[in-house]
Amino acid sequence: MSIKFMRFRIFYFLLSALALAISLFSILRFGFRYSIDFTGGTIWEFSLSTSDAAQKIEEILNNESLPLSSLDQGLDQSFLLKTNPLTTTQREKTVTAFKELDPAWKELRFETLGPSLGAELLKKAIVAVFLSITAILFFVASRFGGSIYGISAILAMLHDSLILFGAFSLFGHFFKAELDTLFLTAVLTTLSFSVHDTIVVYDRIRELGQKSRSLEALCDKAVTETLTRSLNNSMTIIFMLLALVLLGAPATRWFALALLVGTVSGTYSSTFTAVPLVLALNSLKKSPKN
Amino acid sequence: MRFKPKNLFWLIFFVTILSLLIDMPRQLPLNFRLGSFSFSQTLYRPRFALGPLALPRDLDLKYGLDLAGGAHLMFVADTAGLSDQDKESALQSLKENIERRVNLFGVTESTVQSSHQADQDRLIVELPGVVNVSEAVNLIGQTASLEFRQEANLPPEATATATLDDLFAIPTGLTGAHLLRSQVEFSPNTGEPQVGLEFNREGAEIFQKITEASVGKRVAIFLDNQLLTAPTVNEVIGDGRAIISGQFDTKTARAMVAQLNAGALPLSLELIQQRQIGPTLGQDTVQKGMRAGLVGLGLVSLFMILNYGFFGFIASLSLFIYGAITLALYKLIPVTLTFPGIVGFLLSVGMAVDSNILIFERFKEEIRAAQPWAVALEQAFGRAWDSIRDANLATLITGFILFNPLNWSFLSTSGLVRGFAVTLILGIFISLFTGIVVTRTLLRLFAAKPFKIKVFSKEKTKNI
Repeated sequence: MSIKFMRFRIFYFLLSALALAISLFSILRFGFRYSIDFTGGTIWEFSLSTSDAAQKIEEILNNESLPLSSLDQGLDQSFLLKTNPLTTTQREKTVTAFKELDPAWKELRFETLGPSLGAELLKKAIVAVFLSITAILFFVASRFGGSIYGISAILAMLHDSLILFGAFSLFGHFFKAELDTLFLTAVLTTLSFSVHDTIVVYDRIRELGQKSRSLEALCDKAVTETLTRSLNNSMTIIFMLLALVLLGAPATRWFALALLVGTVSGTYSSTFTAVPLVLALNSLKKSPKN
Repeated sequence: MRFKPKNLFWLIFFVTILSLLIDMPRQLPLNFRLGSFSFSQTLYRPRFALGPLALPRDLDLKYGLDLAGGAHLMFVADTAGLSDQDKESALQSLKENIERRVNLFGVTESTVQSSHQADQDRLIVELPGVVNVSEAVNLIGQTASLEFRQEANLPPEATATATLDDLFAIPTGLTGAHLLRSQVEFSPNTGEPQVGLEFNREGAEIFQKITEASVGKRVAIFLDNQLLTAPTVNEVIGDGRAIISGQFDTKTARAMVAQLNAGALPLSLELIQQRQIGPTLGQDTVQKGMRAGLVGLGLVSLFMILNYGFFGFIASLSLFIYGAITLALYKLIPVTLTFPGIVGFLLSVGMAVDSNILIFERFKEEIRAAQPWAVALEQAFGRAWDSIRDANLATLITGFILFNPLNWSFLSTSGLVRGFAVTLILGIFISLFTGIVVTRTLLRLFAAKPFKIKVFSKEKTKNI
């Protein structure tokens, strides 16, 4: 008994194509907001209580001729300020000025990073992503005895990462979410989660394949049998992440959200991208012979 | 490797209790009141010691800088124009000198690491807790200054109250710039370790004058205005080669040489990264993260019980055991907990549950295929294993790339990324144990006979 999921595979591809198109559009149109992890700069979080605080902070930075790239006010008179990398002397001068405004001025967080180090981190992250992809490609291909499975799993992974990047391009444009080291960690986790899920379905295809059947019927049966598990499993991870997004600290909310987007996309792609791709690639491989 | 379920159960029971004991905070005050009955008692974590074999861990959870608050500073040392050999000893001296300065600053558990990345020689200093970072940066960033001073002629009654600066008040003009290098040597007569100094030509001339004036007196060597040593001059030295002897073993001689070289090969430092987290922000992150984690775990347990009934309850129980063992291992290894580390842990909870979901779904299928209950139970575990193994292996691959165990310089060595990878990798291994061994043992013992569960009976009628 199996549901004929694969009959509608053109719709799954269309839905994926739509999501990918939106992602690509946003990446090309809006780009990303890079955090100081990759561009270099200073992030400064502090509490300062005085009237017209935002305006006065801006003046102080102007006096030091520091360009203010953003200044956000949080709860309890706390401010998050972003600017070029501050030198120790510039910082000391600014602190003195802040303390004149409010003797109870308190520093919560201070990060500064030179631009060359930022570029280096970005390069390393990209190397890690490609290394992961290659390792997993070989792993899947060797486990399932065929490059079709490996390539399909990798394509599904790329699909998920592209959607994750697209989502963060949109979040960046509308809600000022930034790409940082943690985000790239989330991308790598999404990659591994996506493959994790895909492998379970492929594993079922391999197991059922011992009885001879058409590949499409095989895929239908494998998907029917694994879909409940896939959804249930994703639900548990989604519960954990949703709790983190809603209840976690603000500094880490975007990281949890990135993982959440990755999980949802990974769940969809393992069933509705990775499996139809196997069918599509298989018919591509066969058609020249016919 | 075949254990009887009953023995395995006791093993699991023992491991769980032990983990819970390790997990306990040092003191756990228990207070409650029920009508006229009130209970007040403080539980103490037992000390794990077997006679002289005490556990070399304090069993407190270690928090990273992002959670505990503190400063992370990265400096680049300017090593241009030094030969490879000099560079190595200069960097070693620099590191030791900075460790000394940081210790002067009175920060406990600070670390100084050197690393060579992207053709730069870097020094990473981590200072936990609250410190005046600007002051620390200035202190660490200073170029080392080595200075030789002569003993002043103090009247005997003043000697008792004199400070080191009074005692060695005469500047000589001889500095680290005149010192070519210092190295450990061994006395040809006694074989004892001694410290050799080699001055350049100008230095040799100044040193000759100093020694001419100071035979029988002491010459002091100051590093960063701190007295290193003050040996007595035995004879006039004209060739610029001096030896300090008589008070060293190999270890102290090496330490002295490192400090002298810090002045002889001074490196200037440039601060390229600074990350500083106030203690309140970190606490906020921990508290909110813990709360979110507990709510998430509660939701997952509820979901599993609603979905799988008694089986779901067993899964929640093994999830609890998973949490207890994980926390105990964090304390034993010890793992320094960072925020991404906590997320890695929560994510691995998802994977731990996944093993169980895979098994339970398999079990349902076997029951649908009209297998007897006990056979279905065993087959579910056997057949789900392939998927569980392959899926977890794929995650492990990514985990190891993130952890970068061989310190490959083209990959990240960032503490935050590693923190995530460590908890994820540990989580995978522990979840394989609890998701399979623990769940299977509990089910073999408590669900060996069929019983009616709403979910299962509904599926059965649908399919048969």
